[in-house]
Amino acid sequence: MIPAPFSYRRAGTVEEALALAAGAGDDGKYLAGGHSLLPLMKLRFAVPEVLIDIGRLAELSYVRDEGSHVAIGALTRHHDLEHSALLAAELPLLAHAAGRVGDPQVRHRGTIGGSIAHGDAASDLPAVVLALDATFVALGPSGSREIAATEFFSGLFETALEPGELLTEIRIPKPAQRGWSFQKFTKRAIDWAIVGVAVQGNQVALVNMGPVPMRAAGVERALAAGAGPADAAARAAEGTSPVADLGASTGYREHLAQVLTTRALAEAASRN
Amino acid sequence: MSIMGTRVLRTEDPRLLTDGGVYTDDLRLPELAGAAHVTFVRSPIAHARITGIDTSGAAGQPGVVAVLTAADLPAPPEGGDPTTEPLLAGDRVRYVGEPVALVLTEGRYQGEDAAELVSVDYDPLPAVPAIEASLTGETLLFPGTDNNVLGAGTAGEGDDASFDGCDVVIERTVVNQRLAPVPLEPRALAAAWTGDRLTIWSSTQNPQLARGAIAGAVGLDPALIRVIAPDVGGGFGAKVAVDRDAIAVAWAARHTGHAVRWIESRSENLVGMVHGRGQRQTYKIGGTRDGRVLAYRLDVVQDCGAFNRLGAFLAQLTVLMAAGVYDLAHAGASFRAVATNTTPIAAYRGAGRPEAAAAIERAIDDFAAEIGMDPAEVRRINVVPPDKFPFTTATGATYDTGDYAAGLERVLSAAGYPALRAEQARRRKSGDTVQVGLGMSVYVEITAGDMGGETARVVVDAAGAATVFTGSSAHGQGHHTAWAMLVEDELGIPMDQITVVHGDTDAIPEAIGTFGSRSLQLGGTAVVQAAGEVKDQARRLAAEMIEAAEADLKLNTASGTWQVRGDPATALGWGQIAQRAGPDGLAADARFDASAPTFPFGAHLAVVEVDTETGKARLVRHVTVDDAGRILNPVLAEGQRHGGIAQGVAQALLEEVRYDVDGNPLTSTLVDYAAITAPELPSFELVASETPTSINPLGAKGIGEAGTIGSTPAVLNAVIDAVSHLGVRHIDMPATPERVWAAISEARAGR
Amino acid sequence: MKVAISVNGKQVEAEVEDRLLLAHFVREVAGLTATNIGCDTTSCGACTVLLDGESVKSCTVLAAQADGRAVTTCEGLAGADGSWHAMQRAFHAEHGLQCGFCTPGMMMAAVSLLAENPDPTEEEVRTGLEGNICRCTGYHNIVRAVLAAARDGRAAQEAS
Repeated sequence: MIPAPFSYRRAGTVEEALALAAGAGDDGKYLAGGHSLLPLMKLRFAVPEVLIDIGRLAELSYVRDEGSHVAIGALTRHHDLEHSALLAAELPLLAHAAGRVGDPQVRHRGTIGGSIAHGDAASDLPAVVLALDATFVALGPSGSREIAATEFFSGLFETALEPGELLTEIRIPKPAQRGWSFQKFTKRAIDWAIVGVAVQGNQVALVNMGPVPMRAAGVERALAAGAGPADAAARAAEGTSPVADLGASTGYREHLAQVLTTRALAEAASRN
Repeated sequence: MSIMGTRVLRTEDPRLLTDGGVYTDDLRLPELAGAAHVTFVRSPIAHARITGIDTSGAAGQPGVVAVLTAADLPAPPEGGDPTTEPLLAGDRVRYVGEPVALVLTEGRYQGEDAAELVSVDYDPLPAVPAIEASLTGETLLFPGTDNNVLGAGTAGEGDDASFDGCDVVIERTVVNQRLAPVPLEPRALAAAWTGDRLTIWSSTQNPQLARGAIAGAVGLDPALIRVIAPDVGGGFGAKVAVDRDAIAVAWAARHTGHAVRWIESRSENLVGMVHGRGQRQTYKIGGTRDGRVLAYRLDVVQDCGAFNRLGAFLAQLTVLMAAGVYDLAHAGASFRAVATNTTPIAAYRGAGRPEAAAAIERAIDDFAAEIGMDPAEVRRINVVPPDKFPFTTATGATYDTGDYAAGLERVLSAAGYPALRAEQARRRKSGDTVQVGLGMSVYVEITAGDMGGETARVVVDAAGAATVFTGSSAHGQGHHTAWAMLVEDELGIPMDQITVVHGDTDAIPEAIGTFGSRSLQLGGTAVVQAAGEVKDQARRLAAEMIEAAEADLKLNTASGTWQVRGDPATALGWGQIAQRAGPDGLAADARFDASAPTFPFGAHLAVVEVDTETGKARLVRHVTVDDAGRILNPVLAEGQRHGGIAQGVAQALLEEVRYDVDGNPLTSTLVDYAAITAPELPSFELVASETPTSINPLGAKGIGEAGTIGSTPAVLNAVIDAVSHLGVRHIDMPATPERVWAAISEARAGR
Repeated sequence: MKVAISVNGKQVEAEVEDRLLLAHFVREVAGLTATNIGCDTTSCGACTVLLDGESVKSCTVLAAQADGRAVTTCEGLAGADGSWHAMQRAFHAEHGLQCGFCTPGMMMAAVSLLAENPDPTEEEVRTGLEGNICRCTGYHNIVRAVLAAARDGRAAQEAS
């Protein structure tokens, strides 16, 4: 219940964060809200020797209207996403989903960047930003680069971020189709999703249907080919590889994916 | 006007709401300054021989005071019972989480660091992870036996012949799943030496029993041990006395001469604290098509876990209460209690009685579905009628008082049952995705069944204030408020002049403590009796002081004064009389031993909505009668009912301890063990009902566990009822969304 | 490392291990034991305090992360003259506590909830307390207490 010993460093600027990370090498991890990392460290599943606290980098917490897209600072807290008037107007899917992460205390600390960089397929926001065709901006020792969300999640808790790279911004194009829905299925309100479905227009992404968050390619192809929502949703589990675990069997997850996708498409259509 | 039966807010609250109380890990006493922190090394494997323990890696770490293993314990006696549980595992571990070693460190945080460095060599043995594996006998867990059965018993009669003459006989094997008690405060204990006396602070429900257990285990005269229960953050039966981990900590203090303190983590608690329930039940119910149940049989296999701490006893209670509220021509039950390589099972809210109610209430609904009769009607036909009390069941329980049919009617009426059935019918007709299910239970349970009695001492001092020393040991129940009410009612001393003391073996050397919903009926009665003796002493003294005959005196409880009847000028206050009694004031001890247990009863109706596409059930309404005789303080009684209901609902819908095939726990954090939270529950609808008992002068039965016993079967029945029109006849607990969906799918496929 | 945290309005400075959890800073360094620890997976909420006025689970915040910030615990709810906060009054009046172990965290979570949503429905209260586990009360009276505190707060607002 107590983390293994580590050294704490606080970054005052983004440059300092990168320098500290470079110095720590493989022994270092960034600490944002800490609500993905610290729980792992308390159970000693993660034992980084150096923690680089980037939580005070206020310059990375923002939600900005950039015209064709919305720019969100990586350190924006779930709470702030949930209550952002801009997101309510332009990206209600994200605002709504952020309000479903964890519980109110977790949302006061957890950040969108932290959640995405953690790369947990069972988390809500990775699938949501995938459904929204987000692009991530990463800053590293060799400079800044953009990574499409579709290229970002490479494996179970693995992302395209290089060692020492810091996620700084999430860019989300303003959706052409306004209908949206977020269906998060849990036993208790506070649980991680057994299965989740995020829909923006005809873009559909799945929570916890494999080792990475994924777009429901079968559903999207069907919709593009003119299929109705029910027929399209029947293909929700195509290309997925849901685990069997304490939460659910593979078969049940596949079934839920279909049911939730049907409901999500119907709800999105009603919001068009 | 008497304070009895009125709504009185708790005197316990101010401390708890402002400085948050003092639980064991909050203690900052001088005696504990510099106490070593204790961290356990626990078995990561369900069944193995220990072939070596190397403590050297840990012993050298910063801040390590000592590393203790079974080798430091006195050797167990030759020829002892091999099923006896050791303090620390010696040559064998039998469950994941079993304590193997203790590390004492100066600093709290150093404990886990050092414990990680204790190196234990395990030679794995085949694990017996569950009842089925245990029954095969393929792996025998204890030497000198040819099976894994640690206890067995039977009651009543329910052989096959009993079922002759039944139009309908149903047999079904169901699960009453293993649960974790999850008190919010995990186990904790601190110990310090004052000269040759060991003072122990323990998060326990029974300080006096704890003292006895510790004294025996560590080889100290009980007179040299003082046990104090500080504030205790919940118990639910799982903190009865002390368990081996707590005793091991006390022993560490004895062995090293050092003050120690220990609090476990939640992960440790979920595998190290006792679990509850854990039965495989086979019921057989038979009757006629007009709704009469003629015969019922229940066969229980109780999972004891690795040792028989309480498994056999719990199953015995299930057998005792197997017949429930029904007047049956034939009823019988049996149990076998078996060992497995899992956490030991002991008392958890209801302790054997929820299992009995769950089985027969499921069976009744099963029978009702088979004959196509409303389950409420089947119950009406078969419950013990009010004129048959006291009623002795076929399995040997004698119920004192009850009115089961009335309880059912009140609940159905409060719920608006016909309208609910109409809504159900409407949704079935239109094939709504979300269906409504109605489930009920009519239950009876046994409280104060231990027959151990309880103690009290009441003292009135020169200032006219009273102190009550109670053997009961509250951990949230509000005894201080309740006992003060009793004394105010008896003596006329206002509550704010009454102090209640509990939980200290120096102040209260002899007592049993709190479990089994015994405290008001036994502890409360002892308080009333002690107060009554104080009253008698006071009457004698007042008579002397006023120079009047005792028969002419009366106690004016409204003003708390003694006087000659009709002559207020003679009034004397309690303080004056206490002064007359001497420097120690007025004092009396009492011990109340009830002649028999009492049998609270009730009825629950649950309304659930089930999403038939996902299988998810939502409890929408829960209406109850929980009749525990005369209610002293409705505020406290309602609170006990609410808490009990919530834990019972949790069993029906959400909670389950699970192990994999190798005996590895799968639910060892609160992420995986689905302890119920606020959004999963509605506000409850409680109906008042008081059917007093004559077993004690308060007319009181125990209410602490009743809500749990009644709610589980009502909610499970409701979930099954919601999808019975689709062909579902049973779903095992917890009725998770996947289980419900699977049942629907199977039923549909079967058509 | 050195941290300085304002706890209930009082500066507390200490040299601490980098890994010290805020919950232990509050309990051991600031000496305020009302905040309890009930789990190790950020599940139970017993450790909830306010960090700059917002509820957080102090077991999942490093003292280092709270350096220079303001923490409010249960002990900081009552007024300087000892008068109770509306939440404390409500929990008492509605019998919203039994063993009391979850109560400080529950009250702090509820205070934060009402600060953000002063007029919640019952459902919003239940969802707002999803991160706080109580084993004793079944939540029934806790919900009543929070709704009562909300009414009390709105009445005070209207009066002022």
